[in-house]
Amino acid sequence: MVKALNEALRRSLSEDDRTLVLGEDVGVLGGVFRVTDGLQAEFGDKRVFDTPLAEAAIAGVSLGLALAGWRPVAEMQFDGFSYPALDQVISHVAKYRYRSRGRQTVPIVIRIPFAGGIGAAEHHSESPEAYYAHTAGLKVVAPSTPIDAYDLLRASIADPDPVIFFEPKSRYWSKEEGDLDGASALPIGKARVLREGSDCTVIAYGAMVARSLAAAHAAAARGTELEVLDLRTLVPLDLDALAASVRRTGRAVVVHEAPLTAGFGAEVVARLMEDAFDYLEAPVLRVTGYDTPYPPATIESHYLPSVERILDAVDRVTNY
Amino acid sequence: MTATGPSEEPLGVLPSASDGEVDLEALGLKEEDLRELYRLMALTRRADLEATALQRQGELAVYPPLIGQEAAQVGSAFALRESDWIFPSYRELGAALVRGVGLVEYLHFYRATWHGGTYDAREHRFGYVSVPVGSQILHAVGYAMGARLDGDPLVALTYFGDGATSEGDFHEGCNFAAVFRAPVIFFCQNNQWAISVPVSAQTVAPIWKKAEAYGFPGVCVDGNDVLAVYLATREAAARAREDGTPTLIEAVTYRLGPHSTADDASRYQPGEEVESWKARDPLVRYRAWLEGTGLADQTFLDEVEGEAKSFAAEMRSGVIGSDPRPVEEMFRWVFEDVPPHLARQRNEALRFAAEAGDPEVKTRRA
Ligand SMILES: Cc1ncc(C[n+]2csc(CCOP(=O)(O)OP(=O)(O)O)c2C)c(N)n1
Ligand SMILES: [Mg+2]
Repeated sequence: MVKALNEALRRSLSEDDRTLVLGEDVGVLGGVFRVTDGLQAEFGDKRVFDTPLAEAAIAGVSLGLALAGWRPVAEMQFDGFSYPALDQVISHVAKYRYRSRGRQTVPIVIRIPFAGGIGAAEHHSESPEAYYAHTAGLKVVAPSTPIDAYDLLRASIADPDPVIFFEPKSRYWSKEEGDLDGASALPIGKARVLREGSDCTVIAYGAMVARSLAAAHAAAARGTELEVLDLRTLVPLDLDALAASVRRTGRAVVVHEAPLTAGFGAEVVARLMEDAFDYLEAPVLRVTGYDTPYPPATIESHYLPSVERILDAVDRVTNY
Repeated sequence: MTATGPSEEPLGVLPSASDGEVDLEALGLKEEDLRELYRLMALTRRADLEATALQRQGELAVYPPLIGQEAAQVGSAFALRESDWIFPSYRELGAALVRGVGLVEYLHFYRATWHGGTYDAREHRFGYVSVPVGSQILHAVGYAMGARLDGDPLVALTYFGDGATSEGDFHEGCNFAAVFRAPVIFFCQNNQWAISVPVSAQTVAPIWKKAEAYGFPGVCVDGNDVLAVYLATREAAARAREDGTPTLIEAVTYRLGPHSTADDASRYQPGEEVESWKARDPLVRYRAWLEGTGLADQTFLDEVEGEAKSFAAEMRSGVIGSDPRPVEEMFRWVFEDVPPHLARQRNEALRFAAEAGDPEVKTRRA
């Protein structure tokens, strides 16, 4: 996935000379995950540059750059270090189009490596997507596979509105066969059924898609067919795809790493109540991280939704 | 001898030649203190190398080596009183050691067994490991404000890096300290790098000079000269105690290791630069001076060497011997009580852990 993201940045930089890449250690180092590897060498340090260590400034100057006609792709080094930028993102980036009565858009992409499962130290495993999804004016994207990461990043950079782009760290080293030619690309705002099944829909995004597919595989061995719906984008949410899948299966389980309370799963469940209530055979359940700080990595496996926890929820909705 | 007064050259005390003169009286340190400084630096060096080795062997999740910064940390922490507080970042194992923090407890942060570490910050007046760059600076300011409200003659010292001076928290902290006359020592270890970003790309004006704009003294000190660091910190502490004057100390030093064990510094750090700073190794330099002045003999140095070895070995076995914390602890300290929604989640987590045969849970239930 790292290579696919790198290629998406490379092509955007070469196709549009107004595209900029900025952030901490994105230049010579190529980013701590190497997503920007080689880009400064190829496009120069005017278009791919390290900033001083200041996230609020990275977001705020990205807005200024956008006003000046540039298309900044900013990196927050880790989920847990994106918070100093929240004031700029919430108060300005998200609201600029609205405040300017539609005259001015700020096409900024803020890339955030997110979520856990990589044995990292504190502040390197957080899932802050709900904060952004709750902020009107931001698109929120979270790919689950390398090719889709490529397609979605390309679409995010091309998008006229600001996009918060969540990269699932634990999938950074995942591989996928195929060409980065956009042939199978779906736009922002479309979910994708990755596995069809008739018994229950499992809804996920980011790293939890792979976990849900693993659960579906295990369930199939026991005769239960799970449909796995990859949301791909949280905002705008693909309401049609959600309703269509759950109307077919009559049951749903939502999976995310972020804590339960006021997590994005709550939004998904509410939408299903509105759009698929008559079709539901059982309450919709959530399998999520717990309402605790992200725990130390030596016990993170007890925090993250596991195949067992997903199957347990599936059992409860199918036996309801 | 005084460390104050802005100068373009970092303040130094140790002569460059091993037999040069140092005004020991002005320094106000007894001979055993001078040896103690060496001992603390030597233990720090050993423990730091051991921690790096432990990470390479998979016993720590990650570790940010401090090698090269021993004088900056030991000299400054040593200049404080026991009642003073230290608010560290993530690279201050040396200062923790001076404070008597158990290093196994400290390294629980890096073993990913407990966030912050498992030591009691209050017992050692040494805050928990703080990773969000610059964030701990404000805690020191607030603590100093609180102490001043109480009329306590305390000083709060906060460690941070050159990179941290770009964060708003640093500037806001300086301004608050000046406005409230909070007795804070802002101790910047300028180790020349913030991961791959050199200090020249971080800030244009010298770091110590920024203090002037906030209205308090800024001092630049040779961070590889333990006596100069000690002196600058002691003077800053005296000013702070006297009338709440904050001080910004820039200790010019060098990060001889990678940013962390996850970093490949060869991608950006010029080898010649590293070599030139190795020649200014703070430990080697101080030892040479102690030997040159006759303050330390071979017996003393051998003793310290032996102690450092066993100290590190003990640390190693303590780290290796420590298991993950019980799953139940994940829920225990979120709030004063465990509210019903969390109790439900805890019971679920324990049920799954038991089903997965987690030995910790089994023994706890047995
Ligand atoms: C707010 C925040 N942003 C980014 C990071 C990632 N990060 C960790 S250390 C570091 C560089 C810090 O450099 P400096 O302040 O000079 O301290 P040093 O590591 O050199 O001791 C960065 C960017 C972080 N921990 N916190
Ligand atoms: Mg530094």
